[in-house]
Amino acid sequence: MAHSSPRRRYLGRLGSSMVIYVASLCAAKYVISRDLVEGPIVWILGLIPGLAVVGIFYAIAMLIIEQKDEFMRMLIVRQTLIGTAVALSISTFWGFLENFGLVAHVDSYWIAFIWFFGFGFGGFINRITHGTWGDGC
Amino acid sequence: MLKNRLKVLRAERNWSQLDLARNLEVSRQSVNAIETGKYDPSLPLAFRIAELFGLPIEEIFLRD
Repeated sequence: MAHSSPRRRYLGRLGSSMVIYVASLCAAKYVISRDLVEGPIVWILGLIPGLAVVGIFYAIAMLIIEQKDEFMRMLIVRQTLIGTAVALSISTFWGFLENFGLVAHVDSYWIAFIWFFGFGFGGFINRITHGTWGDGC
Repeated sequence: MLKNRLKVLRAERNWSQLDLARNLEVSRQSVNAIETGKYDPSLPLAFRIAELFGLPIEEIFLRD
């Protein structure tokens, strides 16, 4: 069950989203920085990397929905809660510190990447407390 | 957490964790987590376990 069908679909969705993310980000940076496009196309190019990151969230959500093994599903939910706690805590602290001029501005898309770090950390916590990383890692 | 006799019952039948997991259609990790008391199964899964061993739930899962 470690490589169950929901996990395979999760890895497929995750991989596709990451490939689209890298490709769209590189393409957008290249054409926008050289002023090769203008108008609505710039908006579309700017939105695609964000959509690809949303695709990763979608992959995780579908893993929770499709996972029929209740223990493995609980581990994924724990991971998402830990990821959410880490991302919201760090972004809240950073927001106040930034507001008081103590730290530099950080682009908001970093919150998603902090969440992914927290999600991975959640897998590590699962390994320690429940003996397995779970299907999310 | 509930105590349980899953490991003993499994050993009596000479089943590995993987054998039991396959019979219950869950992961081996789930069986391990239940046996070691790290996870209490839901009522439907507890009933499936009881049915598999042919025992009442209270003879498998014991209140601490």
